[in-house]
This record gives sequence, C-alpha cells and structure tokens, in this order.
Amino acid sequence: MRPKIRVDHLSFYYGDKQALFDISMEIRERQITALIGPSGCGKSTFLRCLNRMNDTIPGTRLEGRVLLDGQDVYAPGTDVVDLRRRVGMVFQRPNPFPQSIFDNVAFGPRVLGLCRGRDELEEVVERSLRDVRLWDEVKDNLKQDALSLSLGQQQRLCIARVIAVQPEVILMDEPCSALDPIVTLGIEELMKRLREQYTIVIVTHNMQQAARVSDWTGFFWLGRLVEMGPTGDVFTRPQQKLTEDYITGRAG
Amino acid sequence: MPREAFERELQRLQDELLTLGNMVEEAITAAVESLRHQDLEAAQRVIDKDREINEQRFAIERDTLILIATQQPMASDLRILAAILEITTELERMGDYAKGIAKICLMIGEEPLIKPLIDIPRMADKARDMLHRALEAFLRQDVDQARAIPTEDDEVDALYQQVYRELMTYIMSDPHNIEQANYLLWAAHNLERTADRVTNICERVIFTVTGEMTELNEDEGRSTSVEGLPA
Repeated sequence: MRPKIRVDHLSFYYGDKQALFDISMEIRERQITALIGPSGCGKSTFLRCLNRMNDTIPGTRLEGRVLLDGQDVYAPGTDVVDLRRRVGMVFQRPNPFPQSIFDNVAFGPRVLGLCRGRDELEEVVERSLRDVRLWDEVKDNLKQDALSLSLGQQQRLCIARVIAVQPEVILMDEPCSALDPIVTLGIEELMKRLREQYTIVIVTHNMQQAARVSDWTGFFWLGRLVEMGPTGDVFTRPQQKLTEDYITGRAG
Repeated sequence: MPREAFERELQRLQDELLTLGNMVEEAITAAVESLRHQDLEAAQRVIDKDREINEQRFAIERDTLILIATQQPMASDLRILAAILEITTELERMGDYAKGIAKICLMIGEEPLIKPLIDIPRMADKARDMLHRALEAFLRQDVDQARAIPTEDDEVDALYQQVYRELMTYIMSDPHNIEQANYLLWAAHNLERTADRVTNICERVIFTVTGEMTELNEDEGRSTSVEGLPA
C-alpha cells in the first residue's frame, strides 16, 4: 500500500534542545495511525511537523523530509495554507470559534473560497455536520452559538469544521482527553467511519484508545520512534522490550 | 514497580492453575491405580472429584476474564492470561480422561483382569511426569523445557502401541477377552491423549514467552495412530 505520508530521517529542535531524533515512518492512506508514548516523548511535536504547525513557534528547526503524496511539505515555495487544508487538525480541547454553529463549519470554505454561492455553502455545512453525526442534533439551531453545545458536540463540530474543507489527512492531538467515556466511544466510532475517506493520525496517551481505534501504532520514547507496526501486533507481541515495558505499565 | 495489585492477582491465578494441575495429576494416578487394583470405591471417588476439577477450572476462567476486563492487560501480560485460559481447558479435558479411566474400572467391575496391568501404569506415570514439568515450565517461563518435553511423547506412544499389540494377542487367543481388552485399550488411549495435551501446554509456554504460535509435534497425527486403527 502506498504511504500517504512518508517521513524521512526527521529531527526537530526547540532552540538547542533536540525534541525528535531521526524519525522515519510511513503513514498509510485511509488507515488510522496512533502515536503513543509518555508525556513529553515528542509525539505531539511529531504530529505538528506533519502540517508545519511548528513553523509558528520561534526558534524551532527541522531536519529531514515529510513527503505528502511524494511532495516534500518543507520544500521552498510550498503553500502552507493549502497544506493545512489538505492536512487538517483537531485539538485536545474543542475550540469552536465564538460564532454560530453554521459559521464555524462555513469558516474554512468561505476563507478558502471553496463554495460558489450560499446554496453550495449550505450543502457543505450540512454534509459536514452529517458526516460527524451532529446534523440531527443541531439542524434547527444552526444560528445558535457554538459554545452553547456540550463538549462532545463541540468536538464533533470541530471535526466537521476540518472536513468541510475536504482535507486528505486529519491529525488529531488527544481529541478525547477532555471528553467523558461515552462521548469518547462516539468519537472513536466516528473516526472509524471517517477512515473510509481520510487518512487519520491520532496522538493519544490512552493506550486502550489506540488499541481500539487504530490500524497502526507507533511508540515514541524520549523523542525517538521505538517501534511501529500493526496495532494488533504491537499490543499482543511487541518487538522491543521498551514497548513491552511501557504498554504493560512497567515503564514510563 | 507499578501495577502491584495486578501482579499479585496474576501470581494468584498462576497458583490456582498449579492447584488445578495437581488435582489432575492426582486424578490420573488415582484412576489408573483404581483400575490396577480393581478398587471400585477409589474409582467412584475419582469420578466424584472430577466435579471439583471442573469447578476449579471455571473459577480460574472467571477470575481471568475479570482481570482482562478490569485491568486491560497488554503484550506478555495478555499472553499469560490467554495461556491460562487455554491451559485450564487442557487440564479439564485431562481430568475427563482420568474420569473415563475410572468409569472403565467400574464397567470391568469385579471380573478378574485378563492380565496384570504393567504398561498402562507406566503410561500414566510418564504422562503425569510430563504434565508436572510442563506446568513448571509455564510458571518459570522456561522455553527450553517447553521445547524438550514434547519429544518424550514418543515414549508414551511406544507404550501405547505395546499395550495395543499385547491386548490383540489376548483377543486372538480367546474371544471372551474382547470386551475387557477393548476397555483397557480405551484406558490406554486416554493416557496417550493426555500426553498429547501436554504438548499443547508446552506450545502455550512458548507463546507466552515469545509470542510465537508453534506446533511442537507436527507429526502428532501420525504418532498417535496405531497399525490397524485410524489415526
């Protein structure tokens, strides 16, 4: 299977401090890849390298390559706005804009000029909200303030906002850590459905979540990728002792 | 070390498994001894005690499932628990084989044995010894021992064939022996199967330690066949 993203010998520095060490990885298309590891192991930093979110942090430096469909996203002349449309991101805490539900989902398509006219925009908003199974809950209150929604609804709204701009990859950084277990399971089911259309990379420190939801799992430790493999293998017979110690709760 | 409560429970389950193993070992010996001495009361005790073996098996199974559900074990912890489930099943079946031998003792009743039993008790001793060491290998996570034990299955198979040939000569010499010879052959067959199941336990030891699923006696089908009988 062709990788959607290929990472070659990636190292990353915050000033003098090296946060990622020579990471190479292939992320398969239309699969869910989970990145696990203890706090501070570099998994979120790595995730943010994939759509150049770290560019905004002063004093950072990156070595190596990140290839999206074979194109280096760090090549000079790369359109970063278009990159972030193709590689969208969902964050730990739901972060809807203080606007209406409709305007939240319509934001991306409007800014990027993806829709011709109001009708098309309404179609995109409805389709996106349907895709995250939020439509039936909010269709009569689209003008309501997004911040009045429950946390689980807000997170689904944020996912709808990402998919409204028709991305190819969705990066999720601890997308359920602020949510209760039932809402979490709902988001996980949503991820499994979205996987039919999108490539998903999720960072989580919840190992059971990684085991439940992902096809591939990568284990990070002190800025290094210790092991990556099919999720079933990593959680039943990891190849590295460090992985074994971490997932059995004996390290970290 | 974190997860002390989990480790403690895992250790307790392994102790319970060992207890089940001891119960089965005793059942094998007691069943064959009852047959050898035609001790019908002893045979009945083996049959009665099989219920305790089954209860112990269900208790281990239940506690293992609770541990999986509540602690979400991963990797080698998960493999140990999967192996415990598998091994308890093997032990329970071995207990059934012992019960089967005790039932044969009751069926023969007080009718004199057509021959003194020599090789059948030898088979029982060997199978019991293999079982004991296989469980030791599991508790010690000893892959070398787990690989070595199944090679001894040939001895049990050889004794089985010897019993078979001998009983055939009794049948040929006097058709009145057919029924009892048939019973005794079934007793030997149960012991032969017991030793085969020890191999399955050894495979689980290797799985627990290495994660590999391997067949240790790939020619098992052949080695258990006896000339003139289907494999």
